[in-house]
Amino acid sequence: MSSPPMSDTPMSEAVPAERRFTRLKGIAAPLPIANVNTDIIAPKDLMRAVTRKGLGWGLLRPYRFDGEGRERPDFVLNREPWRHAALLVAHENFGCGSSREHAAWALADFGIRAVIAPSFAEIFQNNCIKNRLLPVPLPRPQLDAVMAAAEAGEEVEVALEAQVVRLADGRALPFEVSPLARHRLLAGIDDIADTLRYEDDILAFEDRHFRDTPWLAGRTKIEEKTHGS
Amino acid sequence: MSAPSPRPRTLYDKVWDAHVIRTYEDGSCLLYVDRHFVFEVTSPQAFEALRDAGRRVRRPQATFAVADHNIPTLPGRTDDSGEADGRAQLALLRANTAEFGISYFDMKDPRQGIVHVIGPELGLTQPGLTIACGDSHTPTHGAFGAYAVGVGTSEVEHILATQTLLQKPARTLRIRADGRLGLGVTAKDLILAVIGRIGAAGATGHVVEFAGETVAGLSMEGRLTLSSMAIEAGARAGMIAPDDTTFAYLKGRPFAPQGTDFDRAVEKWSHLFTDHDAEFDREVAIDAATVEPMVTWGTSPDDVVPVSGRVPDPARATRPGEAEAMARALSYMRLTPGQRIADIPVDKVFIGSCTNARIEDLRAVAAVARGRKVNPRVTALVVPGSAQVKRRAEEEGIAAILKEAGFEWREAGCSMCIGLNADRLKPGERCASTSNRNFEGRQGPEGLTHLVSPPMAAAAALAGHFVDVRTLAP
Repeated sequence: MSSPPMSDTPMSEAVPAERRFTRLKGIAAPLPIANVNTDIIAPKDLMRAVTRKGLGWGLLRPYRFDGEGRERPDFVLNREPWRHAALLVAHENFGCGSSREHAAWALADFGIRAVIAPSFAEIFQNNCIKNRLLPVPLPRPQLDAVMAAAEAGEEVEVALEAQVVRLADGRALPFEVSPLARHRLLAGIDDIADTLRYEDDILAFEDRHFRDTPWLAGRTKIEEKTHGS
Repeated sequence: MSAPSPRPRTLYDKVWDAHVIRTYEDGSCLLYVDRHFVFEVTSPQAFEALRDAGRRVRRPQATFAVADHNIPTLPGRTDDSGEADGRAQLALLRANTAEFGISYFDMKDPRQGIVHVIGPELGLTQPGLTIACGDSHTPTHGAFGAYAVGVGTSEVEHILATQTLLQKPARTLRIRADGRLGLGVTAKDLILAVIGRIGAAGATGHVVEFAGETVAGLSMEGRLTLSSMAIEAGARAGMIAPDDTTFAYLKGRPFAPQGTDFDRAVEKWSHLFTDHDAEFDREVAIDAATVEPMVTWGTSPDDVVPVSGRVPDPARATRPGEAEAMARALSYMRLTPGQRIADIPVDKVFIGSCTNARIEDLRAVAAVARGRKVNPRVTALVVPGSAQVKRRAEEEGIAAILKEAGFEWREAGCSMCIGLNADRLKPGERCASTSNRNFEGRQGPEGLTHLVSPPMAAAAALAGHFVDVRTLAP
């Protein structure tokens, strides 16, 4: 299988700056809870949406608002300065559960562009990257330092190129990110357009694949009748 | 198909290798997607973006749509009987599938049902395929030896446009279960016990293969239950090697290969097993004979104990942060440490979901309910996983037994598993549920969910509280 260098992806000047993720500095909201699932991040009211935009109102709704829709005054995102947070710091297994991308859309629309946690659920992580939102995994001791900075209301910086989280006191905490995700975020790549560059490879694969499994190739008579009345 | 490799491979390796179109520098691969299932909630934004970009669906014949998450389940439902915003998504799904030429099983179609129930029963799900769907329980299909993964909406759009998915190979985890499950103990109890052991993030980054004599002895329904819950341990996918049980299940299904194609397919499928000396990154073994009927007490599927047990005490927590998390879960669930599980009363019982709404599940429920009555304080819903399951249960007399016992008998759909339709818990209502998630608010804001097996749910419905189904006289 060919393995061309990533630099063969065109780094066109036409990619708008807002598509690229390079670095982010801002207030970090502490959410010291494990297993914050996507049902909480984007509750079902958001699942009724038919567009990607404007979902920030429902972000973490059960934590932010009470049953009557009033803000819970002690919740971190309802307090200064975290009301304007650009980062979120949480505990293990952030984003577990439902595959709903609404979780990433709601975070982004609220203004949060990076989540720092010891671990993330896989689908959520993919959803973030597709929306130019950076999941930053940090081992527990480093995470605790960032959590303390967040609780102190200090600004936290995430630098993707250098792969470090910088705290106000000068500490630089390195983090892991998949090279492909990093490259795609830095370059602001449109995944579909990028994949379509390999359409010949897809066609060649289909030729081989359907020679092997001809029963998967066509549209059967049964399938032709499947559309609703 | 790639050339035979000298290296011993796992089942997952074999399916993965057969679908790689190209490999990127960092090891990520462009994978071909054989089947793409679409439903109303996570697809509208994908179709909209496709339309905006002037793109088409690359392989409509590999794409199948069905409405399941927010359709009403009340008997006699019509296009107009759902909730307003749900109706809008249903209308969009119909319009989008028509516009892009995709097969769509609508509400009245005899093939309608939960996407992860109808894929197998129509024979769309087959060994060795790659399957994707914008739903986290897509690993369900892995019970057939498929590589099946849940994706987000941007990936739905990517698959619609390119028939491919960009992924890095996962690590591998084999979960071996040996020994015979006790009478009244089901695949659901087994998977809850496994998740309790390894944790809700225990398999993150891994593809799990379920293996061992217990798994080989399970029906397809039981295997689907196991695989469906793989995501609740964080796994990307769950897989089970196909065998004669698998092939017999598929034979004659409408979308399965027919005639000589079926024999050719079985020949190919027979090679889909983990080579004897292939290595997994991790292995976990469980003695199925020791598994008891399980009940979750908290708000994560790994908050689980045997029905004979008690609500745990945060004071006995050992890991950092564990005590706080337990206290939070207990407060939400309105439970006290040390309380006996069997003393917890239930208000509602929900039997349904992609984990437990197949014919075998309903037979198990009927076996418990036959000749008995649902406790008058309890509302119990039975929601078949598909229109086909519903018809079959009616033909077998299961529906009559359940209705006679006082269970509500509904139309097929996701129903109260997710509460995206009119079926949901009220604040503070406590539910014994055969579904897969006990998250805060999952079945309705401030609803309290306890995950159990179908026979355990039936027993709770009759008793009005949790009870070990094995102690009910037949």
